[in-house]
Formats: sequence, C-alpha cells, structure tokens
Amino acid sequence: MFKRIPLSALIGIIATSTFVFMAVFAPWIAPYPMAEIVGGTWEPSSAKFLLGTDNLGRDLLSRMIFGARTTLTIAALATALSFTLGATLGFTAAVFGGWVDQVMSRGIDLLMAIPTLIFALVVLSVLPTTITTLILVMGVLDSTRVYRLSRAVAVDINVMDFVEAARLRGEGRIWIIFREILPNALSPLVAELGLRFIFAVLFLSALSFLGLGVQPPEADWGGMVKENKDGIIFGIPAALIPAAAIAVLAISVNLVADWILNRTTDLKGGRG
Amino acid sequence: MADETLLEVCNLRIEATVYPPGEKPQTLVIVKDLSWSLKRGQVLGIIGESGAGKSTAALAGMAYGRGGVRLPAGEVWLDGQNLLAVGKAALRNVRGRKVCYVAQSAAAAFNPAHTLMDQVVEASLLHGVCNRATAENRAIRLFEKLGLPNPDKIGDRYPHQVSGGQLQRVMTAMALCPEPDLIVFDEPTTALDVTTQIDVLAAIKDAIRDTGVAAMYITHDLAVVAQVSDEIMVLRHGELVEHGTAKQIIESPREEYTQALVSVRSIEHEEKKPSTQPVMKVKNVTAAYGGTIDVLKDISVEIHPGQTLAVVGESGSGKSTLARAITGLLPPRKGTIEFDGRTLSNALAQRSRDDLREVQMIYQMADVAMNPRQTVRTIIGRPLQFYFDLKGEALDQRINELLEEIEMGDGFADRYPAELSGGQKQRVCIARALAAKPKLIICDEVTSALDPLVADGILKLLLDLQAREGVSYMFITHDLATVKAIADSIAVMFQGELVRYGPKSEVLAPPFDDYTDLLLSSVPQMRLGWLEEVTKSRRMASGGN
Repeated sequence: MFKRIPLSALIGIIATSTFVFMAVFAPWIAPYPMAEIVGGTWEPSSAKFLLGTDNLGRDLLSRMIFGARTTLTIAALATALSFTLGATLGFTAAVFGGWVDQVMSRGIDLLMAIPTLIFALVVLSVLPTTITTLILVMGVLDSTRVYRLSRAVAVDINVMDFVEAARLRGEGRIWIIFREILPNALSPLVAELGLRFIFAVLFLSALSFLGLGVQPPEADWGGMVKENKDGIIFGIPAALIPAAAIAVLAISVNLVADWILNRTTDLKGGRG
Repeated sequence: MADETLLEVCNLRIEATVYPPGEKPQTLVIVKDLSWSLKRGQVLGIIGESGAGKSTAALAGMAYGRGGVRLPAGEVWLDGQNLLAVGKAALRNVRGRKVCYVAQSAAAAFNPAHTLMDQVVEASLLHGVCNRATAENRAIRLFEKLGLPNPDKIGDRYPHQVSGGQLQRVMTAMALCPEPDLIVFDEPTTALDVTTQIDVLAAIKDAIRDTGVAAMYITHDLAVVAQVSDEIMVLRHGELVEHGTAKQIIESPREEYTQALVSVRSIEHEEKKPSTQPVMKVKNVTAAYGGTIDVLKDISVEIHPGQTLAVVGESGSGKSTLARAITGLLPPRKGTIEFDGRTLSNALAQRSRDDLREVQMIYQMADVAMNPRQTVRTIIGRPLQFYFDLKGEALDQRINELLEEIEMGDGFADRYPAELSGGQKQRVCIARALAAKPKLIICDEVTSALDPLVADGILKLLLDLQAREGVSYMFITHDLATVKAIADSIAVMFQGELVRYGPKSEVLAPPFDDYTDLLLSSVPQMRLGWLEEVTKSRRMASGGN
C-alpha cells in the first residue's frame, strides 16, 4: 500500500509526524520546563537556548514543544468532536428527511450565518476560559461545516438501491446510518478531516492571539505569537518561529490529506 | 460508384493504459488486429456484448479514440486517405464532414443551451459546406424525411422540449446534414422504448437508403442490427468472431458464439395453471407521489404460488411504482394488498419482520443494489442473521449453500461487488433475496442492464430456482421476449392503468387491444425484412382510418 508515495506526501508525512512526536513526548524532549524563567529577555539563539528565549526569558524551544502539545491536543479533540457531532447529525438529517432535515438544516444555517470568530469571541468572553470550553466551542462551531458535507454525501447514498434494500429488509436507522452509509461516506470525510484539523489549529491560534484561547502561562503557538509580537519592532524573530510552525503544520497536514484523497477518491468501494 | 470501397481498416490495434491500485500501470488491448472494409452506401452492423470493443473500433473509423485510448498500429483508409497518418488539421476536415457520429444517449449529447436547429446545422457551417439558409433548408427536409412533427418549426425548440425518440431522430438529421460519406451509429435505439425504437429504426433505415450514405451501426441487439445492415461483424473481447452478410449471420451462423447470440431468448416455458389460493392479491390499488396525479390507477392483480406474473409496459407506465406500492415504499392512496391470506399494512414501517421477509426485491442495477463496502459474505449473510439469527458455522454453511444455488463457488464469499462481473453481481442479489426464504420475489428489470447471453443465464437460474423452491415472481420488464420466456400470467400497463391482464396464452393471443398490439408488434424479431413488414402493415392500418 505504501509503495510509490509521492514526494509531496512524504514531506507532509515526515513534518506532521515530527510535530506529533514533539507533542506526545514533550516533557522528555524539552530541554527546560515550559514556564520557568531560565535566561534573559529575548536572548538570541545559542548553544544553551537553541531558539533563544521569549519576552520573559523562558526557553523558546521548550515552549514550542509544549505549545505543540497544547495546540495539537485541543485542535485534535475539537476536530474529533466536530466530526462525531456533525457527521451523526448530518447522516440523521439525510436518513430521516422531511421536517427533521428541515429543522436541523435551518438551525445549522442560522449558526453558520454568524461569523465563527465573532461568535466564538462572544461565547468565550462569557464562559470561563478553560480548555474544555475551548474544545466545546470550537468543536460545535466547526461541526456545522461537517454537518453540511456529511448531509450532502449521505443524501446521495441514501437514495441508492442498497439502502432501499436494507430498508425493505426492515433494518433500523442505526444500521442504515452506521453500516450502509458511513462506510461509503468515509473517503470524502477523511479528506475533510485533515482540512478541518488545520482550520481548528488556525482558529485556536487566532483565539489565543486575541487572548481568549489558551491562557498563560500555558504555551500554545498562537499565544506565543502574541507574547513575542512586540519583539518584531526590535528585529527579534521570536514571534515568527511559532507563526512558521503553524504554517508548516498547515501545509504538511494538507499534503497528507491531498494524498489520502487522491488514493481514495473512487466511491466504487472494494479494497480501494 | 456503388461498388467503390469507402472505408478500409487494416490490422487495427487499439490500446489503453489501466492503473490498478497499488500495481504498475498495465497496457490493455481493446481491439486486436481487426480489419474490415465498407463500400459506399452500405451498412455494416457491429455487434458484441459490452466491453467487446465495438464502439471503440467503430470510432477508430474516424481515427478517434476516447480519452486514454491509443491507436498504435493499423491503417484506416477513408476515401483514399490514411486517417491515422494525417495530422490533426486534416482530421478536423474529415470529422463532422465526411464522417459523422450519432451517440447512444441523445439527451446527453445535445447542448441544452442551444436550439436544435443551431446544433443540426453547426457542422455544415463550420466546414463551409453551405450557407445557413441552405443548411436550414436541408435540415428541414431531413426532419420531414425522418418523420418529425412540424418539420419547419421543430428546429426552434430546445432539446428538452422534444421526446427521446424525436431527439434521436434530430441527431440523425444532424449527422446527415453535412451530407457525409459515412455515419457511425452508436446504439441509437438502445435507450428507447420498443414502441419508439421501431419508429426511429424505420426512420434511420429510410434516411440511409434515400441519401445513399454508408453507415456503421453498433448495437448489442442482433435482431435490431438484422433490420438495417447489409453486412454484420460480430466482435468479442476485441477480436473478430464472424463477418458475413446479414442473411448469412442470421440464418446460418458459422461460429458457436454467433449461434448462441442468434438463439438467445429461446427458453421454452410451459404456462402453469393458476391455483385457487393466490399468494398475493393486489386489490384496486391507486397510488400517487404526492400531489394529485395518480401514477397507478385502480390496479388489481394476483400472483399464484410458484408462478410468475410479468408486468409489462414502456417507461413511465407505472410498473416500478406498482412494485413500490406492494413493498410498502410508496403506501397506496386506495386499495389493499393481501399476502398469503392476510392484509398487509400499507406503510413499510408498520409491517412485521415476517411480512418483510416474505417479499424480497431484486433490482435492475446490481451495481448500486449492493453496498460497495461489504463483501459478498456480508451481503448474503445479513438477511440470514437478521431474519433467522444464524451465527458462526451455521451461517457460513448457509452462505455457501446459497452460493452453490446461484452457481458460484464459495471462493466468491470474500470478494467485493466491484470484483464481480455484471452477471455475477445480479446472481449475488438473487442469493440475497433467496436468503430470506421469501414466498414472492419482485424482479425489477433484472436483466435489462445485462448482455443477452448473460441475461439468458439469469433467466434460466430464476426458472430453476422457482422449480426448486416454489417461489413466486413478479417480473417487471419492458422486454417482451423475456416475458414470453418466463411468464405464467401477464399484466400490460399503460400510463398507470392495467390495459390487459390474464394468463400468458390469453394475453398473447388475438384479439388484441390497440396498445398490446402495438407493443407486441414492436419487438424486433430475429429475421430479415421484419421491419418492412411491420411498418407496411402499420401504414396500411393507419391509411384505412
């Protein structure tokens, strides 16, 4: 199966796995604790501090590694939530049809009509900013997009004869949704998964940058850009490092998602 | 002039590259070393099952290969010019001017944004054959010749404003308009109803004779090709099986494969006497898809145990709707459905599991009737689990038994539908229906998507199973040859109404009502001169009015 991986996908896989590795083993590979002040403010990179220090004198590399952990975990959980919620609701709407579909779809339309970032800002400024709230808010807002996609895919599959055959057999809706429709909707959903994950990373970074995401002293990439942004005026690149990390992650996950999509575009099924 | 050779194809080879997932790209030979020639004014019928390479070979006659197709070897001489050796600019002068193409699905081939006239005269204007006024005049004459209503006005319409049969005739006019030397007809009547097919066929035949154009006529229906062709070429797996005059191929085919094609649908079926207790009674059923227009009007039919009711009619006659009403997918507005002495609830959701088990359905397109992500084992095994709670070894054993019954080995159990041929897919669908041990199986056009020989095999299997298991069939079809082969009783439907119903021997015996007569006389027969006889007798009948 892994014969002939294109170069772009290979780059994507390597970069993504590096970030994941950093996130998983953060406490073991980070040279310094995340929140401890170990040097002067905005020290340049040296043998002691590979990427230099930040605005408070904490080791930037260690914070990058711990930041990867926070950012990736929150984004992954939010994506998982949005997919579970969005796909289940989308499939349900497609299978039930009629007024159930109308009520759900118009409700989702209503949510989508409000700009996501503004909506999140309002909700987060009212609710206590914990990681759980963050995941919930991001997951629910993102699930509207997943709902749209999975409903559209499921509506197509729902009218196929094999679903009708299952209905005539007397199968329940649970079987129809999870055994007949879901396996056939996986390809587009998997491809969407990569993109949604990236949007979650960007969204979280934006929230943190605006001060409503991950709260200090926890490290996360968006927050680190915010902490170090003033250094740019003095020619200190500390803010650019987490920004670059966000960009590299976005591109590499996209490369992997593209490759997966290319490999599984046929909806004909079989061993794919 | 008449004996002059127009097209000479020598040692044609056609290839394409296939990309099996996870493997190296492979070269697939679609047509191997094929040669044929065609004289001016002659019609060559090209026949074969799907995948035989007949369209690909005929399109090569205009040096055209569909996407991904290569023509690496051979020569195509048209009117003294080797089309495979000339450049693109020269080809552009040939296509649409000397050689024209009539596609299978006219509805998909016309541009919905332009009027018919614009599209019919386009090629003539593009090639500078004549000016617009002449081209339009010519088109109107062709419309008239092809028997289209209002020949001088119909060109102003858009493709969706005419019927399928008319559109196919307009496309023939489009091909004839630049006065080409050769026309390639690619299954022009396959998508049409039998009653429409005969008109289009007669129109095409007259037009070919009057204009003296040469033609290649591709079809999978030997009876159709026999009506229009001078010569017939039989292809199989990209190779020539037999080439001869139409008379020779139909009356004394030499090769075994051709003989099988000619004798297809010759299943003998003895009609059974109806029993006293029908398994299914449909009483005065009326149904509509929302709105006020009834798609079924007061239908009453009975199906007897171990027998087959054939429901015949053209598309839109309501025959599939009847199946949906019986299965409960479309609850009837009025009327009742009695099954085995008890009245079934109209709606699917209110029927008991046993009610559902006893009526099974087989679909036209086996491709989409099976979940592509499930193996044959899951597809056949699910009804066994669902209705009989079979597990483990008992389940495996029953699956193997069912695979035996449909004449497939247990080696197929772990395959996915994509890894089966069309006929095998339909067999698996039959096994899935049988797995529920039903009393009635509704077969919705189960053979119409299959090649004639494969369809024959499926029909024989269904008859065998009926003899063994005593299951009844409701067989929905538009193909009267199939009906003759398997039915015990027949219901003829037209625009949602039952026009004729009774035992096969009565329905197929005169006196006929008008519609049944039209339907029966429209079924192409495997003999020369049939088309002329029918059109002549129809003309006489209408002349008498």
